Amino acid sequence: MTQTSLGESVVQKELHAQAQNNGVAANLTQTQPLWLLAEVTYRCPLHCAFCYNPTDYDKHTQNELTTEQWIQALRDARKMGAIQLGISGGEPLLRDDIEDIVIEARKLGYYSNLITSGVGLTEKRIQAFKEGGLDHIQLSMHDITEEINNFITNTKTFELKKKVAAMIKNHGYPMVLNVVIHRYNIGHMKEILEMAEALGADYIELANTQYYGWSLVNRSQLMPLKEQIDEAERITNEFREKVGSKMKIFFVVPDYFGDRPKKCMNGWGEVFMIVTANGDVLPCHSARVLPNMAFPNVREKGLEYAWKESPAFNKYRGTAWMKGPCVTCPEKMNDLGGCRCQAFLLTGDAESADPVCSLSPHHHLIEKAIEDSKNPVIANQPIIFRTDKNSKKYAAGDKERIEEFHALP
Amino acid sequence: MEISIQHSDIYALAFHHRFQWEEAQQSYVILFPEGMVKLHGGAGEVIKRVDGKASVGDIVADLKTNFPDAVGIEADIIGMFEMAYGKAWIRKV
Repeated sequence: MTQTSLGESVVQKELHAQAQNNGVAANLTQTQPLWLLAEVTYRCPLHCAFCYNPTDYDKHTQNELTTEQWIQALRDARKMGAIQLGISGGEPLLRDDIEDIVIEARKLGYYSNLITSGVGLTEKRIQAFKEGGLDHIQLSMHDITEEINNFITNTKTFELKKKVAAMIKNHGYPMVLNVVIHRYNIGHMKEILEMAEALGADYIELANTQYYGWSLVNRSQLMPLKEQIDEAERITNEFREKVGSKMKIFFVVPDYFGDRPKKCMNGWGEVFMIVTANGDVLPCHSARVLPNMAFPNVREKGLEYAWKESPAFNKYRGTAWMKGPCVTCPEKMNDLGGCRCQAFLLTGDAESADPVCSLSPHHHLIEKAIEDSKNPVIANQPIIFRTDKNSKKYAAGDKERIEEFHALP
Repeated sequence: MEISIQHSDIYALAFHHRFQWEEAQQSYVILFPEGMVKLHGGAGEVIKRVDGKASVGDIVADLKTNFPDAVGIEADIIGMFEMAYGKAWIRKV
């Protein structure tokens, strides 16, 4: 699972430029879920320390939707206007019905994207995807060194990634790479870009880690210094000049170091609809961390109800839920108060301003997190990898490390 | 990307891009990895004609015939080509 659609990502910027009436309640403006993200499974052979899947994902590995249920979801979402389809996870290739999903997606007119670590991609499967009409494959890469790749994913997948990249290229797919950036690879920016060029990348997204799920647990260990981010951005700009238009490079600035909060998901329930492995329908990947929310499930009343009528999707649409300082802020339509999950995870109050905002009364929490990441004692704590064993602990309520982020100052 | 659009130029949709009518949005769209653009009104009419065969001149003539009441349409069409090429939605063939 990569971070493509979190924060101010590429598609959001494009959609932002195109979508109308952002920030106004959908029941007034009839927003459409242009982007459907199908998180078809939370099972994954990798154990990435920065994964933003829920820490208790293990709860949802036994009750996955069936092929028929996915196909129905695709049909229903398409009728509602969904057009970009992301097939993600976990590792989607752990399901053996991705071929069927791809064929249906093409039939329905989706532009479909398989978001994969590459583990499980074979010649036979990629051939079937091509014939089925899959439009592109986004491959996550981790670093140019075998050592860091294998460390951060807690696997031995470095050589395999290179093979898969070649396979994708050979089948005439655009080469779309996603590299999550953190302290362990940020010093290799130039080499990462050179690797992307050598692989013939058409697009590369350098997604600075955002802190949800497993990456929040490991925040102090993963967060780079501000100077490292500035340097990485400088190298990226220089490289962009050099390669010109043959490779599109997107550098997603981490919001902890930005001065304004991101307009998360381009607005709650504005353009993104996520269906998770067990059928929960969410306006953002991590929404289930929010308290007192009942998210709709496709097995119950279906997608149209979820998008248009469910209390969960309407709760943070627009600006009616806001309080100070957001409610009177002249910037409120630009960022819609930032991210609800981040607000809750860091302040304990989902309706407070995103603490990333310099106007938030909780902004010191961000400053403290940045300070903590510079503190060698905290930053050198062992990383907690995304494993079933660790997830079972979180699911069982062993929230020792999570609670510290919930705690009010 | 700066480019001067010539009437003799021929363009096609960029690789890995798809152009289609979206019923739900009542507009043409271009789809590509990680994004989409909605083409309002005339923009869609221009891109619809970009097929790797018709020259810019052909497209201008065709649009003038189909939209005889539109004033100054040629400059708009050339402007659309400039933008689409600049954003790499279309490629020169």
